[in-house]
Amino acid sequence: MAARRLGSRFGMARSDKMFEFSVMAVAGLTLALVWLLVAKMILDAQQSISGFGVGFVTGDTWDPNRDVYGALPFIFGTLVTSAIAILVGVPVSIGIAIYLSELAPPWIREPLSFVVELLAAVPSVIYGLWAMYALRPVMVDSIEPVFVALFGWTPLFDGQPVGLDKFVAGVILAIMIIPTVASVSKEAMRAVPDSQREAALSLGATRSETTRMAVLSYARSGIFGASILGLGRAVGETMAVTMTIGNANMISSSLLDPGQTMASLIANNWGEAQGLQLSALIEIGVVLFIVALIVNVLARLSIGRFMKAVPTTGGGL
Amino acid sequence: MNRYAYRKLKDRAASGLALACVVAALVPLVYILAEVVRVGAPAINWEFLTSRTKGTGEPGEGIGNAILGTLLLVGYASLIGLPVGLLTGVYVSEYGNNRFGTTVRFFNDVLANFPSIVIGLLAYALVVDMLNVGFSLIAGSFALAIIMIPIVANTTEEALRLVPNSLREGALALGVPRWKTVMKVMLANARAGIVTGALLSIARIAGETAPLLLTAFYSNYWSASATEPIASLPLTIFRNYNSPSDVLLHQAWGAALVLILMVLTLNIGVRLFMMKRNRKPKVVKKTWKTRLSLRA
Repeated sequence: MAARRLGSRFGMARSDKMFEFSVMAVAGLTLALVWLLVAKMILDAQQSISGFGVGFVTGDTWDPNRDVYGALPFIFGTLVTSAIAILVGVPVSIGIAIYLSELAPPWIREPLSFVVELLAAVPSVIYGLWAMYALRPVMVDSIEPVFVALFGWTPLFDGQPVGLDKFVAGVILAIMIIPTVASVSKEAMRAVPDSQREAALSLGATRSETTRMAVLSYARSGIFGASILGLGRAVGETMAVTMTIGNANMISSSLLDPGQTMASLIANNWGEAQGLQLSALIEIGVVLFIVALIVNVLARLSIGRFMKAVPTTGGGL
Repeated sequence: MNRYAYRKLKDRAASGLALACVVAALVPLVYILAEVVRVGAPAINWEFLTSRTKGTGEPGEGIGNAILGTLLLVGYASLIGLPVGLLTGVYVSEYGNNRFGTTVRFFNDVLANFPSIVIGLLAYALVVDMLNVGFSLIAGSFALAIIMIPIVANTTEEALRLVPNSLREGALALGVPRWKTVMKVMLANARAGIVTGALLSIARIAGETAPLLLTAFYSNYWSASATEPIASLPLTIFRNYNSPSDVLLHQAWGAALVLILMVLTLNIGVRLFMMKRNRKPKVVKKTWKTRLSLRA
């Protein structure tokens, strides 16, 4: 305040104020524009929202010929593939985070983190291409038959492996969320004060016991947030899923059957959609938007609170 | 086996398991790169890189217009995204210690992690629907710019945070106005970090596919017009990947190779350059926030 008053006496306040105002305007206008577009998107979906009401999320028919649209199969597909991604991807990511934060020799941590994060740099359409021609044969020949042999009696693995199904889509999603979940979890683990580790070690705990008692339990809300972020990524991921899930608008309990997610439905039908169908697709986008918003805000709050709660340590990265 | 040996064994097993997780993540990465090079490389030659993409049944093959399209999309997106992102970062870092600043920061974080297909829908709502331009280069660039803004804002903010406060105080003590301090002293000293963030954000948007599918659409012809649909490398892959025709498959794998080379060169190049220049790799202090926004 004092500086501002002093400034105005020397005639500097005006240019400073103008500069501050302009950068604030740029920052604010961007946000305003994005939210305006959200409103416009909801407006575009209005035709479908008022036409189908709540029935939109419970209806299981998607038929452009009769102009009847229900999103249940796609909500189902999104839930199933995201669940596989979390079940497979999160444990692996936590393992990576533990290695990078607790076990790896110091000289290898930075380069190895970078390499793991390179997984995030690969465009999702290339994941899809690779999944189609490299992962799919592996899944069909060696992985899916094992699951069929072990769990074929459950409805989950009922049928013949074809390789364009919810299982493959879930596995590719699991690979894609690894860099996000691993690096945020690692960050949370690095934030655990060394005094916690020292306390466990001085009680005679082994390294793995220290990790479990001192690090994982201390950083659990950060790791939880990281997993939620991974979930957000899996829910919204489009291209790799579209290319592997088989694109069939159906609800089937078997993971070996094709399906469709909300995002892949939009990608598949966007080109030819018009009128009510376009509006219905945009409504699916609105649902996706709301899910992503909730997931992200939740993740950010839980990680943000965790990061703020821990005292900054001198060591670490 | 006594209790001590059992605990020791368990410790070894847990460490082994953690290492196995790292290997499990590296296998797909190496496999993807190897596969794209193995299948993509034979398709590449000068003619292939400079002819337009062909549809089913057309003679010849190429990805030239898709390379041009990606460069144009990224270029136009940078024209909007870089300055807006930079100024947003400046605001949040230098003037953002208030409620509005916190709000901007929070929503930028949320936006940075939004599904890109939803961003495509937002861009569609404005350019294609409201402004009535139709599927076009400008719509695609706008979508990519929205993705870019929060990334650039976040990395700029982090880079400015790393500038020692004494520099700011020194400039202000000399009577330099605050805006000049920001523009000449702060930005100059944060330059390396800002450039890193900008280049990585370019690498990120170059591979985006879903938003382009909804906004720029595709064209098999040469085009640089802002209001016409335009080809891009990611969509060349998507439109051709499932084709029974060898020509179209060549185009998909060739495009994948060119795209991944662009993205990895930017990622690795930026990192090596910064390591050499500063003798320490962390120009942008990698917090969980910047790590996130830099993913593809």
